Amino acid sequence: MTKVRTSFEDSLSNIKDGDTVIVGGFGLCGIPENAILALAEQGTKDLTIVSNNCGLADWGLGLLLQNHQISKMIASYVGENKVFEEQYLNGELEVELVPQGTLAERIRAGGAGIRGFYTPTGVGTPIAEGKEHKDFNGTTCILEEAITGDVSLVKAWHGDSYGNLVYRKTSRNFNPLAATAGKHTIAEVEELVDIGRLDPDTIHTPSLYVQDLLQGETYEKRIEKRTVREA
Amino acid sequence: MSNDREIIINRAVQEIEEEMTVNLGIGMPTMIADKIPASKHVFLHSENGMLGIGPYPISGEEDPDLINAGKETVTAKTGASFFDNAESFAMIRGGHIDLAILGGMEVSEKGDLANWMIPGKMVKGMGGAMDIVQGAQKVVIIMNHVNKHGESKIRTACELPLTGEKVVDRLITDMAVFDFTEKGMVLTEILEGYDLASIQEKTEATFTVDEKLLEKEGSFSW
Repeated sequence: MTKVRTSFEDSLSNIKDGDTVIVGGFGLCGIPENAILALAEQGTKDLTIVSNNCGLADWGLGLLLQNHQISKMIASYVGENKVFEEQYLNGELEVELVPQGTLAERIRAGGAGIRGFYTPTGVGTPIAEGKEHKDFNGTTCILEEAITGDVSLVKAWHGDSYGNLVYRKTSRNFNPLAATAGKHTIAEVEELVDIGRLDPDTIHTPSLYVQDLLQGETYEKRIEKRTVREA
Repeated sequence: MSNDREIIINRAVQEIEEEMTVNLGIGMPTMIADKIPASKHVFLHSENGMLGIGPYPISGEEDPDLINAGKETVTAKTGASFFDNAESFAMIRGGHIDLAILGGMEVSEKGDLANWMIPGKMVKGMGGAMDIVQGAQKVVIIMNHVNKHGESKIRTACELPLTGEKVVDRLITDMAVFDFTEKGMVLTEILEGYDLASIQEKTEATFTVDEKLLEKEGSFSW
């Protein structure tokens, strides 16, 4: 039994026009860069993308924007992207802004079979408008609904052919959540390792969440803000 | 760094106590990290999934897999941990973060905060701010007392869309420090170069003066 695939093109053909795709990453950190490149190449249109950010104009999810492949973006922060701004202002792109913790929990809930949850985040703000309010011992909360995806795209550091995944440092971010919430999860890894080499105690995403596993040929891992100190 | 910023940051760093877990917002609050004395044992939380942010890396040692919430390259200090975003915000909403220091655009006398959008301008998003102001044990806002037109940013009511309602515990500006208590907004400190009269003049919100401060500043007419 192996989930290893050799063609990003074949795996990405699981994404159809109009699909909802959950994409891991925070800024450019831990984004499934090879899958995004293949999706841009494939040209699938009218996508709803669920991701914390939308990349830069010329890298990450910004490439899908440039191709006019995204019709709706669900995210917590979309600054730093001129193409996004243009398409949003001319009405081409619908945007749903979600507080970051609520976004993470909505994806987690989607993967965990929880249909909705109450949270105090956003009460009294524009985010709460039109949502059910409920009082819990004096704390007002709003109802937020789970998010699931037709396909999830995630990026891990190490993975084995069963689909077990280990992430590295802060590139973990939304990836393990995205992995659980897609009907079909495509994981790309920097290094494919032999079965048994990953310590079961340290696996972040257990194999059952992953349907396709691919090893990226190269990783650019672009840095968004290079900050250093004097040596 | 401008003088106002330095004054605010120097005052804000005093909020950080031994053994606290602290979340610093993007922008001016991030600059507080460098001012924390090395002798103080604190853990800085980064909402993208890290507890124990260290200093910026030295040139050549930047790691694209290791960034803070502002997407800047950082290091991990000894004893740090990494986790996913759902867990990171469980820490925040669950009340496990002792202190959050965030920037502000407007604060109202009720302790409402607006810091994420200006109607008519491109909306970039709230990121984690709405979760943080609801969940952190103590929320400290740092901002200039007045905007670039000289108008008070401390309002009777916020005009900008809110980030959170009645969420601010303390406000530090370049002129003063206010606490938000059951008795309303209270002036607790006047920073160097200002007096009660100048603060009143530059503050739209209604506030009372802390008794201890009033004793000290008693010579000013009220």
